[in-house]
Order: sequence, then C-alpha cells, then structure tokens
Amino acid sequence: MMKNNVYALEIKDLQVKYGVIPALKGISLKVEPGEAVALIGANGAGKTTTLHAISGIVRKAGGSVIFDGKDISNSPAHEIVSMGISQVPEGRGIFSNLTVYENIKLGAYLRKDEKGISEDIQKVYDLFPRLEERKTQLAGTLSGGEQQMLAIGRSLMAKPKLLLLDEPSMGLAPIVVETIFRTIKKINRESGMTILLVEQNAQMALYAAHRAYVMETGEIVTTGTSKELKANDEIRKSYLGLH
Amino acid sequence: MFTQQLINGITVGGIYALIALGYSMVYGILRIVNFAHGDIFMMGTFLGLFFTQSLGMQFYIAFPLSAAATAFIGIFVEKIAYRPIRIADKLAVLISALGVSIFLQNLAQIIWGTETHAFKSGIEVSTFKFGGLILSNIQLIVIFLSCVLMMGLYFVVNKTKIGVAMRATSHNLNSAKLIGINTDRIISFTFGIGSALACIAGLLVGIYYDAVFPIMGYSYGLKAFAAAILGGIGSIPGAMVGGFVIGIVETFGAAYISAGYRDAFAFGILIIVLIFRPSGILGKKLVEKV
Ligand SMILES: Nc1ncnc2c1ncn2[C@@H]1O[C@H](COP(=O)(O)OP(=O)(O)OP(=O)(O)O)[C@@H](O)[C@H]1O
Ligand SMILES: [Mg+2]
Repeated sequence: MMKNNVYALEIKDLQVKYGVIPALKGISLKVEPGEAVALIGANGAGKTTTLHAISGIVRKAGGSVIFDGKDISNSPAHEIVSMGISQVPEGRGIFSNLTVYENIKLGAYLRKDEKGISEDIQKVYDLFPRLEERKTQLAGTLSGGEQQMLAIGRSLMAKPKLLLLDEPSMGLAPIVVETIFRTIKKINRESGMTILLVEQNAQMALYAAHRAYVMETGEIVTTGTSKELKANDEIRKSYLGLH
Repeated sequence: MFTQQLINGITVGGIYALIALGYSMVYGILRIVNFAHGDIFMMGTFLGLFFTQSLGMQFYIAFPLSAAATAFIGIFVEKIAYRPIRIADKLAVLISALGVSIFLQNLAQIIWGTETHAFKSGIEVSTFKFGGLILSNIQLIVIFLSCVLMMGLYFVVNKTKIGVAMRATSHNLNSAKLIGINTDRIISFTFGIGSALACIAGLLVGIYYDAVFPIMGYSYGLKAFAAAILGGIGSIPGAMVGGFVIGIVETFGAAYISAGYRDAFAFGILIIVLIFRPSGILGKKLVEKV
C-alpha cells in the first residue's frame, strides 16, 4: 500500500501551547496513503488543536508534522493547502453571505484549470445533489446538514491528497449524520483520498475509519484498528456508551 | 442656495468618504480600528506637499507617487505595529495604534514644522457660473476623483480575484486560510489601498482648502471615523454613504444654522442615527460569532 515507506501524514511529538497552558503534550501519529484514520476524544482533548497545527493555523511549540515526506511544521496555512491538505473546519466555516455555488467555487481558489474546476463542481453536485438544488441560495440559509455538505464539497474542490474533517457530526440529527458519514466513507473507499477524521461520535468515526487514535487531555492514550477498538471494554464504556 | 450647499457638501463628503474607507476596510478584515489612519492620511498629504513644492513635480505625477508611497507607509505600519500583536487582545492593538499616531505626528512636525502650509498644487483656480451656481474647477476635480476612486474600489472588491479574497478574509479569517488564501498578503493589500485612498483625500484637502498642517489627521480622521461608523463600520458602501452624509449635514448645518457648530452637526447626526440603527446605515446587525 505504501510507496517507498512514505506516510501520507506523520506527526512526531507535536506540542502546542495556548499561552502557558499546554493543549498538546507531545502527540505522535501516522496515516498511510489511502487510509481513513479517526481521532476520537471528549471535549477539550485537543482534537481541533491537532488539525489546526497540521493546517498551519496555530503555532507549534515543538515536534514536527511531515506530509508526504516533506516537513511542513513551519509552512504557512496557504502553502499547506497548495501542497494538498484541505480541512473541513469545526462548525463548518462556510461563507454565509455568499451563495452555495460561490462557496464551492472558492474551494478551488488556488486552482487555475477552469475546465477541471467546472468538472469538479459537477462531481460535488453528484456527491451532494441537495447542493445543486440550492446552488443559488445564500449559504447562511442552509440547514446544518446542508452546510456540512457544503463545507465538505468546498474542501474537495481544492483536490486534496489529505482531507481533514473536524467533527462533521456536530449538531446534526442522527439520520443526517449517517448520510454524511456514508459519503465520507465513499470518498475514501472510492477515490482513495486519505482522510484524518476528528470526532466525538466514536460510533460513526469507527464506522468510517480503518484505524483510530483516542485522545485525552492533549495526549494519545490508545490506538488500534476500528475493529479492535469496538471490542475494547474501556472504549465501549467511555466512548460508545455500551456496557 | 440649496443646490450650491449640496454641491459643497458633496465635495467635502467625498473627501471624508475616501478616508472612511480605510477605517472600514481594515475593521472589516481584522475587527480593529486603525487609530493611526488619520496620521497616515496626514503623512500622505505632506508627501504630496513635498513632491509638488520641494521637488516641483506636476500634480498628476505627484498624486500617484504620493499615493503609492503612502500605501507603503500603511503596509509598514501594519507589519511592525499590528501584525506582531494580532493574537493579543484589542487593547494592545489600540495602544500600539496610538503610539504610531503620536510617532507620525511628531515625525511630520520635525520635518515640516508645526505651522500650516499653503498647498500650491499648480492648478489654476477658475470658477464658472452654471445656472445660479458657482462652481470651481477644484470642486469638480475633487468630486470627480473621489467618485472615480470609489467606483474603482467597488470594481476591485467585487469583480477581481483579490477582491473575492478580501471578502472571504473579512467573512471568516480561518476559513479563508483553509481555502489557501494568503491572508497576510490580503491584510497588507487592504492597508495599502486604504492608505492610498486616504493620501488622495489629503491631497484633495490640500488643493481645495489650500492649507495643510501636521495635526490635520486628528480632525479629518475623527470625522471620517464618524462617517465609517455612521455608514456601518466594515461596510465599504457604508463608508461612502457615511462620508457623504456627514459632509452634507455639516455643510447645511454650517450654512443654515451656525458655522460655529459645524462639528457638532457631524457628530449630532452620528448620535441620532446610532440611536435608531446601532449598527449604522448599511451595517450588519452585530451578532456575536459562535
Ligand atoms: N484559542 C484558544 N485559546 C486558548 N485555549 C484554547 C484555544 N483553543 C483551544 N484551547 C484550549 O485547548 C484545549 C484543547 O482544545 P481543542 O479545541 O483542541 O479541543 P477539542 O478536542 O477539539 O474539543 P471539542 O470536542 O470540544 O471541539 C482546551 O482546553 C481548550 O480550552
Ligand atoms: Mg474541536
């Protein structure tokens, strides 16, 4: 599966501090090309901080982030996007005053291939037909689920090699969550896009991902395949609400 | 009389609007008030004075040259005074802005002295009668230039790629970064444009009133800031509307009621509008971001 032993993403001893308070106390993780990996944990565990550190939104206090064999620890956010990492942020971060179409188009901000862009817009519409129906609507007037679809669609427009997703289930009804996760799984399994997925909803995360890391207060405490974690008593109790 | 005053009001209003745009655009992107903007405006004016008087340049060369130089001052101010403390709280930014303001005022006083200078623009003043109105060519230049620049800005913001990036950055800074926008560059660009427009406004003050002085940034800056708030800070059309409203109201107030209360009319209208529309004429409702 791996070419020349290069990981799609490799995080080594990553540390982030907000002021003097440590949010990440030296975490390490690896994602292989084509894999879907989940990062699960409770509120405040440091999941968003991890994704922000990868994307270059927060400054690192130590450690390194290696993408596709290149050290991107000190690269600015826009360069990280151009190298092929796209993030669907927590809370979606759509441009609410712009239309659905304009939001999707903006996802291709760094691309210049007009033809490829229009083809990919159509692919996003095929993936989420709801968005095509509402393409001229202001994004701020979409339902939560539709906004999540829009945020994912916008990220795909960057043609990423690695897609980061931050709590796509947040604030959505179970049925909508299922649709979204089925699509995430489809994106990974069918187009082979590498995915790092952050979730509190461990159930859905383990459904979509091959493997997962469990985070608690800035540290990774457990890791394993989705199958292993689903069978792990500790995980069943704390994250899956099963006894 | 009425139309005459209206034209006078539009003339000063255009000047206020050009300055107000800088306050509003910067606020729109960074949610900070650049309190040094008035002094950047003043520096631009004195650069124009320097180019025309000390170097004897024609105004059509001196104008773009001082605008460009002032753009760099604005970009430089952001880089050294705001960028390093962008993540700190807003009070730190305010203090930094006041520091820049004091620095620029003193710098101008050291170079050009504290007195008021005549601004010999080299443009022959000619007036002509049009119906019952008396217009000067200077007034027409002021109105024409301010309108052209505002239309130009409107075009850049709404029709160009960098304009799209500006709007995206002002909607949501993090999302803009995550789609690959170099937001630092957009912020520099915004400061540059705002400062260049303020410089042109200052040069128009120079040719219209024929008087420039180192603390002019304070009085014009405050009026223009009021105009930005009045129109809805963060809104580009708002800054334009606010500028014209303040210019027209103060001109009418001065002409029909009392010239001594010119400033009181400007701030009076601001207070009245804010009572009924707290977010300004074209401002969006202030919703806390979640
Ligand atoms: N901008 C910030 N300034 C200060 N502290 C922060 C900031 N952002 C996050 N933190 C703190 O860092 C820690 C990790 O936050 P983070 O947002 O990464 O958690 P999370 O795992 O994503 O949580 P959630 O599931 O609630 O989104 C928390 O204690 C949080 O309070
Ligand atoms: Mg989070």
